[in-house]
Amino acid sequence: MLGKLTWSAIPFDQPIPLIAGAVVALVLLGVLVLVVVKGWLPYLWNDWITSVDHKRIGVMYILLAIVMLFRGFIDAVMIRSQQALAFHAPGYLPPEHYDQIFSAHGTIMIFFAGMPLMIGLMNFAVPLQLGVRDVAFPTFNSVGFWLTATGALLVNISLVVGEFARTGWLPYPPLSELRYSPGVGVDYYLWALEISGVGTLMTGINLVATILKMRAPGMSYLRMPMFCWTALASNLLIVAAFPILTATLAMLLLDRYLGFHFFTNTGGGNMMMFMNLIWAWGHPEVYILVLPAFGVFSEVVSTFSSKPLFGYRSMVAATMAICIISFMVWLHHFFTMGAGSDVNAIFGIATMIIAVPTGVKIFNWLFTMYGGRIRFATPMLWAIGFMVTFVVGGMTGVLLAIPPADFVLHNSLFLVAHFHNVIISGVLFGGFAGLSYWFPKAFGFRLHEGWGKAAFWLSLLGFLVVFVPLYGAGLAGMTRRLQHYDVAEWRPWVLWAGVGIVIMTAAAACQVIQLVVSIRRRDELRDLSGDPWDGRSLEWATSSPPPAFNFPVLPDVEDAEAYWGIKLRAQEEAAEPDYQPIEMPRNSPTGVFCAFFATMMGFALIWHIWWLFGLGFVGGYAAFVLCAWRDADEYEIPAEEVARIDRVHRRTRRDALAVGPRP
Amino acid sequence: MVSMGAPYRYRRQSRSKRPLRWAAAAFGCAVLSSLAGCQAAILDPQGPVGAAEKTILYNSLAIMLAIVVPTIVAIFWFAWWFRAANTRARYLPDWAYSGRIELVTWAIPVLVILFLGGICWVGAHELDPAKPLKSAAKPLEIQAVSLDWKWLFIYPGQGIAAVNQLTVPAGVPLHFSLTSASVLNTFFVPQLGSMIYTMNGMSDQLNLQADKPGVYYGQSAQFSGDGFSGMHFEVNAVAADRFDAWVGTVRGGGPALDAASYATLAQQSANVPPFTYRSAQPGLYDMIVTQKIAPGPGPTPEVSPKTEADDAR
Amino acid sequence: MTIAAADPNRVGDLGRSDARGRGEGGPAPKRVVVAFGFWIFLLSDIVMFSAFFAAYAVLAGQTAGGPSGSQIFDVRGVAVETGCLLASSFACGLASISAGARSRLWFYVAMAVTFILGAAFVGLEVSEFAGLVERGDGPQRSAFLTAFFTVVGCHGLHVSAGLLWLLTMMAQVFAKGFRPDILRRMLCFSLFWHALDIIWVALFTVVYLLGAGA
Repeated sequence: MLGKLTWSAIPFDQPIPLIAGAVVALVLLGVLVLVVVKGWLPYLWNDWITSVDHKRIGVMYILLAIVMLFRGFIDAVMIRSQQALAFHAPGYLPPEHYDQIFSAHGTIMIFFAGMPLMIGLMNFAVPLQLGVRDVAFPTFNSVGFWLTATGALLVNISLVVGEFARTGWLPYPPLSELRYSPGVGVDYYLWALEISGVGTLMTGINLVATILKMRAPGMSYLRMPMFCWTALASNLLIVAAFPILTATLAMLLLDRYLGFHFFTNTGGGNMMMFMNLIWAWGHPEVYILVLPAFGVFSEVVSTFSSKPLFGYRSMVAATMAICIISFMVWLHHFFTMGAGSDVNAIFGIATMIIAVPTGVKIFNWLFTMYGGRIRFATPMLWAIGFMVTFVVGGMTGVLLAIPPADFVLHNSLFLVAHFHNVIISGVLFGGFAGLSYWFPKAFGFRLHEGWGKAAFWLSLLGFLVVFVPLYGAGLAGMTRRLQHYDVAEWRPWVLWAGVGIVIMTAAAACQVIQLVVSIRRRDELRDLSGDPWDGRSLEWATSSPPPAFNFPVLPDVEDAEAYWGIKLRAQEEAAEPDYQPIEMPRNSPTGVFCAFFATMMGFALIWHIWWLFGLGFVGGYAAFVLCAWRDADEYEIPAEEVARIDRVHRRTRRDALAVGPRP
Repeated sequence: MVSMGAPYRYRRQSRSKRPLRWAAAAFGCAVLSSLAGCQAAILDPQGPVGAAEKTILYNSLAIMLAIVVPTIVAIFWFAWWFRAANTRARYLPDWAYSGRIELVTWAIPVLVILFLGGICWVGAHELDPAKPLKSAAKPLEIQAVSLDWKWLFIYPGQGIAAVNQLTVPAGVPLHFSLTSASVLNTFFVPQLGSMIYTMNGMSDQLNLQADKPGVYYGQSAQFSGDGFSGMHFEVNAVAADRFDAWVGTVRGGGPALDAASYATLAQQSANVPPFTYRSAQPGLYDMIVTQKIAPGPGPTPEVSPKTEADDAR
Repeated sequence: MTIAAADPNRVGDLGRSDARGRGEGGPAPKRVVVAFGFWIFLLSDIVMFSAFFAAYAVLAGQTAGGPSGSQIFDVRGVAVETGCLLASSFACGLASISAGARSRLWFYVAMAVTFILGAAFVGLEVSEFAGLVERGDGPQRSAFLTAFFTVVGCHGLHVSAGLLWLLTMMAQVFAKGFRPDILRRMLCFSLFWHALDIIWVALFTVVYLLGAGA
């Protein structure tokens, strides 16, 4: 009746997941009660859950990312503390549990923290920067978000019902095959990623179509902001790479569910094929993550240096070069598989070639600062912190790209330090820079600078104290994913990394405090002009937050830096535009319904509850068709309403300018 | 220029740069001291393979530091000098392109990569794991099998085997043939050099040498399941005559390795104390590689019916 | 042309035809954007098929003591399947033309013919698979058979999903007529159906023709 699901799936005998699950359940229940009692449910349903507005969807993506970032960070704290304790000792996490934790840490951080953070920023900012009203397919945008949330939900359910994968964040066969991982853990992983992968692919299609086909009049390709270029490259990579992930995980699912022989030891299966396929996706994936961050840094460095980005065209060329070359380097993830020296050397050289455009970008940011008037607001601090630490991470990457060096450093903590180096300084710092940069645009008030700076310094320090020792541990021969170890030489490095994670916890606390303080003091931090940073691109021409339709009239773009040109010509004081009625897409519950049935299907497949899967499939398709049956896809905002909203903004902005800078 | 009233206190900026510089200094010291760690096994190799790899590491690092250090210095210097409060710095609000600078910023990474590319090509070929080592001595053949979760080392020439310990003669090239009984693992002795994957149904090769007698730490460098952390072994490099004596001692007692005792060994077990086999059935390794001996079982005897059917084929 | 006039979201002028989306005229009209987005989806689907094709190429020789391609492929049956699918594409083209001409009757007829031919294709494929499984040469027999069943089966699943979509499109036209958004969906459906044809051509060449010759 319930497939493989029994009461033994709930970890009554394991205190840590049980207590964690209970705490989460209580918090969720508390939030739900609060929402219902205060009567917020209609507002949440109408304005957020069924919203197809790219700004709302972007905020929800980022909210999901931040929640999952905390979950992944707690996993990291557990990993570091276990390793700090487990010298000639078992530590407090038995292997079965520890293995799930590091697998969940990687999976959550990449798929449910990093990706949603970058996608959320792109969703929010790209249409505004392009000077249009929304993305190409707003309803699909909502579906994509909710499917991503489904994946995150399934991974979190595995904490309390069943188990998670114990294979690492990439489930290499034969370990991930049914024979060696007979539990439901790998199935949770596979279905969560298959479902959220569909959502990510939708985002990719959406943003590519938006950037290539929907821009304000006059915005040719070479007048697009740099963030839009990197968003384009990242989403092209999504479209080209995620289908490979879908196919590869499907092959593993077929092996596990139907006894196929793609990667099994017997029957002619080839586990090396899994490595090639998964890394053919995996390497573009890391560029999918980091390219939007590069775009954020381009915006931030330019804005806070009060200068245009240096070498715009070569930045574009570098971005597209990274996009293409990222498909040619995947073998460097398994030099030690024995492919032969010719193959290894070619891929090593290809990997080094990709360092060239990346280096060019760093130099271009450097020369953007040159001759500027630099303001050290929080976003700029994140950017400078990124530049300084990322070059080291890139350097260790090029080091690892040399096969004989990789032969002694593969899978060691040196490797772990390298990829955390580039991901944390790239994606995480970029995400935080983007958050603090665009927060006022999204919510109408700035984040508190003092706590933001504290969060930055503690993050930078904590990152250094965790990962520089891990470089050392790797050079001392320590391999990754150890639940306990007995080598005395490794101990000091591991202990230092344990100190570092405490510092990073303090940094995380500062981020939370920053948010709370900023919300409480939002009136002091209010952004009335819509342009708190003296920005250069079109999103700063709107109010904070922008109206649903973004721009009352699509702006005419005449310069490479659209808004800067407008400001230089002091055009905003010009006469009112010719207000016309605007058609906007209607909200739709398609997304949340699809996600509901997708969750049902995923859970059913994991536990082999076939009737529940059938129910979910039929229900999901019916819900989708029903939503597609509606007659009214759009609603009209009358010209008078557009005029009224815009006039309020124009007046507020004029008043804000007249008053001058706040003391 | 229309300023939109960015609310910054310009006083603060000069103070906010100083912590940045301290952080940089601390960071640099941390990096350097970590590299100077004399306990770092990779940087203290005991064989020709490891020594060559360490040389490549240092050379590549030096080449790249020549770019990275000035870049980091320049980042700090530009950020500091062009801070808004510094009125002595020239403000160039329209300067966004310079052909000369572009040429340099593209050329420098390209040149570095050309250089490193050469090291990469030459190094990958010279240190190919399958390439035999230059030596007057005849290589010792060792067949390594990774199981869940221990290592089996068969000495086909001597007809003995050992579990979780590897005794080898010093100064003699070692030719490893490696496979796995079950899942992916990686044979790695940090102080001797290169590692290589072990995969069921396949056999790959590795050439290493321990120059001097000593005890070296060996491990699996690929996560392979719950017992992975206990999957380490000691490499005991001894003088050649002492090696022969050791072989003689091993032949004197202990169990025999054949298909039956191998099947017992292939059952999942962790933290297995080292022991030796007095004899090793000839051709056992080939039977493992060609899957005439089935791959090791998983965690429970009850596996899905379909996988059992695989074994029957 | 005022800025307001170039705005395709303003009521009363649903997209100007001279807006090319390359910056000159502003955002492209909806029909262009929808078709472009669907093309990108098709490209991503082709990438997914390539992964399965790659797996097939790697595993084609791994027969594990079981049969190889030349021993199990019935090239005549495949030819009939191919005829059905190509003919269904032609019928789909007629359906598109009927929709363009706003002729309900011919639209239903053409779509029904498309459905029948597509269903025949799926039926033949299912019976081929069932026959192999009965003989003990199912996908669990060897890696070659795994890869064969998966790459061909994935295409068959896409066709089946297309059949479901086809019925839904017929229902939508029946209920709502030839509304602009339904026409856009019909455009996407026909692109999908023709793309499946192209993939089938690649499939039967690589798998059946080359495999049977082996």
